[in-house]
Amino acid sequence: MTKEYRTLHTTVNLPYELAFGATLTRFFDGLSAEKILGTRCPKCSRVLVPARSFCPRCFIDLDDWVEVGQTGTVETWSLVSYEYIGMAKTPPYITGLIRLDGADVSFTHLIGGIDMSSIDQVQSRLAIGTRVKAVWATEKPGSIFDIEYFVPI
Amino acid sequence: MGRAVAIMGTGQTHHGKRFDVSYPELVREAVQRAFEDSGLSPEDVDAVVTGTMPSMMEGIALNHLYLADAIQVVGKPLLKTETCGSTGMSVAHTAFYWVAAGLADVVLAVGFEKMYEGDSQATMTTVADPWIQRSFVAGAPGIFAMQSNMWIDRHHIPAERLREAAAVISLRNHDDAFDNPYAHIKARISLEEIKDSRIVTYPIRRWDVCPNSDGACAVLFMSEHKAKQMANPPAWIKGVGYRGDESYLGDSDKVRWNTAIDAAKEAYHQAGIVNPRRELDVAEVYNPFTFMELLLYECFGFCDFGEACDLALQGTFSRGGDLPCDPSGGVLCTNPIGATGLIRVAEAAMQVTGKAGAHQVDGAQLALAHAMGGVSQFNGIMIVGSQQ
Repeated sequence: MTKEYRTLHTTVNLPYELAFGATLTRFFDGLSAEKILGTRCPKCSRVLVPARSFCPRCFIDLDDWVEVGQTGTVETWSLVSYEYIGMAKTPPYITGLIRLDGADVSFTHLIGGIDMSSIDQVQSRLAIGTRVKAVWATEKPGSIFDIEYFVPI
Repeated sequence: MGRAVAIMGTGQTHHGKRFDVSYPELVREAVQRAFEDSGLSPEDVDAVVTGTMPSMMEGIALNHLYLADAIQVVGKPLLKTETCGSTGMSVAHTAFYWVAAGLADVVLAVGFEKMYEGDSQATMTTVADPWIQRSFVAGAPGIFAMQSNMWIDRHHIPAERLREAAAVISLRNHDDAFDNPYAHIKARISLEEIKDSRIVTYPIRRWDVCPNSDGACAVLFMSEHKAKQMANPPAWIKGVGYRGDESYLGDSDKVRWNTAIDAAKEAYHQAGIVNPRRELDVAEVYNPFTFMELLLYECFGFCDFGEACDLALQGTFSRGGDLPCDPSGGVLCTNPIGATGLIRVAEAAMQVTGKAGAHQVDGAQLALAHAMGGVSQFNGIMIVGSQQ
């Protein structure tokens, strides 16, 4: 018989107030106004979304703001069917990387508005290369959930 | 490369749910075994390197300080290095740098984790930026499912062939784990059970995923001068490579994954390896997901891009094949994250010193150890050999 050992149940609960900084503030202001904003690197010419204050490859400061498309192409996706504490959304849901029109990198968000009751249902509407468009939330306080999800067109 | 560096002794805990020991007691188990294996004692150690995934895994910040007594670090310099999944490899590299630089002769590297004590995916998701990715990455299974899906699409791998190859990988790891006394998951499962198991994060299913484990690993790194005074032959470090990506998942190509490709190339260059599949005798690839194991074979040049499924089905990476991979049962059967990368190094060292017991690859002289971490972001390689 396996012996049962005592365990201590405890939690660590710490609130934070994280500074967006000027660049991400402007990006999230854009979402509130139903615009998706990026910044262009003058050296490598890539349009980066979300907007960055510096290019992560060229390491130079960026301030050339660009509004990118609200439509894009699915670069990859996964049907999430398990749960952990504090998960932002209750499964099942689809997480994905979307290459927005006019951007040179892919943006992480949800793909929704389709039947997720089985993988076959999902795959009848969604594949890598599927075109999607942003669906805006009714309330837009300036968070990543101002976009509710991207729906296959 | 600096000074020549040897691995002289490794120790692992019996990995699994270890509520029979507290965290310090778990760590002590690995450290004691490394001392027993090496014939060294704590007073021989010049310095200590440790690592875990985010300390909030067990809710104790800077846990190397809490665990200092168990590591027997009194009077020694102590470092912690962490890169999420690749932590154990970062720990090994840090210890290597310390000895190679000539600033220490004996460095104890220890990685540890007690994953049954917290929520691993909630903890791991805090590695992602809080603005955007944290809400969407869905822990390690979400991240690596997206990467796997890209790889499947890029190579136009037919669904049935893919499922078969992933199932073969899963079965091989689970069967091999029975030959490793320290492995966590020991499950006799069939190919059909693997293929039909429930979806976790599509395309990843239950038996494509590693467990959460409690476990620790300790490895002693030693200078050439000291190693040559020892009775037992060590494993020699032949090459190391480490590379990192940008923090946003969507910023770089994860199929032709440059951090994996370049880390391996760097290590091969140092080790003088031209054809890894022919020259390596065994590889311990960090394989928490079956699909990632296949993707990494291609990035490490074990085969061409798009070829991994076919070769896996032919048995190329099984014991008896061209390049046996993860004969320990791999990460797929044992994953105490902070220890996991260091376990790959320990297993590689055990193979080239003939100490791997029932999962020994006969005559292994050159072995590759790997770990990956961050938000699919870091890759580290260490190549060890029986000859200096």
